[in-house]
Amino acid sequence: MTARIGVVTFPGSLDDRDTQRAIRVAGAEPVALWHKDKDLKQVDAVVLCGGFSYGDYLRAGAIARFSPVMDTVIDQAKAGLPVLGICNGFQILTEAHLLPGGMLGNDHLHFICRDQKLRVENTDTAWTTDYSAGQEIHIPLKNMDGRYVADQRTLDELEAEGRVAFRYLDVNPNGSLNDIAGITNAAGNVVGLMPHPEHAVEPLIGTGRTDGLPFFTSILKKLVNA
Amino acid sequence: MARVVVDVMLKPEILDPQGQAVQRALPRLGFEGISDVRQGKRFELEVDGPVDEAALARIHDLAESFLANTVIEDFTVRVEEVAEAAK
Repeated sequence: MTARIGVVTFPGSLDDRDTQRAIRVAGAEPVALWHKDKDLKQVDAVVLCGGFSYGDYLRAGAIARFSPVMDTVIDQAKAGLPVLGICNGFQILTEAHLLPGGMLGNDHLHFICRDQKLRVENTDTAWTTDYSAGQEIHIPLKNMDGRYVADQRTLDELEAEGRVAFRYLDVNPNGSLNDIAGITNAAGNVVGLMPHPEHAVEPLIGTGRTDGLPFFTSILKKLVNA
Repeated sequence: MARVVVDVMLKPEILDPQGQAVQRALPRLGFEGISDVRQGKRFELEVDGPVDEAALARIHDLAESFLANTVIEDFTVRVEEVAEAAK
């Protein structure tokens, strides 16, 4: 018996197949979920993957957040279901207010695609226990709207509670406040980040390393040992 | 039929690189004396029936929950008089 991890496909999702593959590489069972379907098929965790759901119209993630599947994801995330939002998924999680702050266009106004160096700053979340604290990793980053913003009180709270899970190193690629690449909710079950760990799970592709794989092995261990 | 306009702007403290890019282009186009530009969104809602207090309250809720993300944006709601002659 292994863990079943759902991957939601919205109209405009791009990385659902890669995410399913990463889950399989880690040893878990990916389960395809559909944006119009409230049913989460009894999965043990959910990944909201990258792309341009609903064309990023209005704001990135703003329309996806009101899709039928998100009604259930929001309810269950509040009850402890592990949820990982990658890129567009992170944007959806902020729009759904499962994570604080918001995402805006990159400060340089260009799409960016690069291998990004990050530091793992919180290894206690459901998705990061297989990293070591302070570990430096390389993961592909590709986005238009990657600038994390929040008011000063929220930033202070995130910093004080150790809820900045990932921070950009060397280069801040989009003007994110405090070099924030990813954050977690207070309970540690909901994590969002802009870079794409699902693209870095095999040595042949991506950054040539497997620095993204621990996201998926972390959640597998948590679910199997639960 | 009546029109309700919802204007959405980034909060003042949030950097608006699109507005800055527009502002920087102005001198090249011969427009001087404009020190700052901020870019926002305008929604025009054509409302069936009367725009009474209840209708405006519903539109306010819509703006607050969907048209604007109040974590990063402010919004205003106003009724626009549509001149008969313009119809």
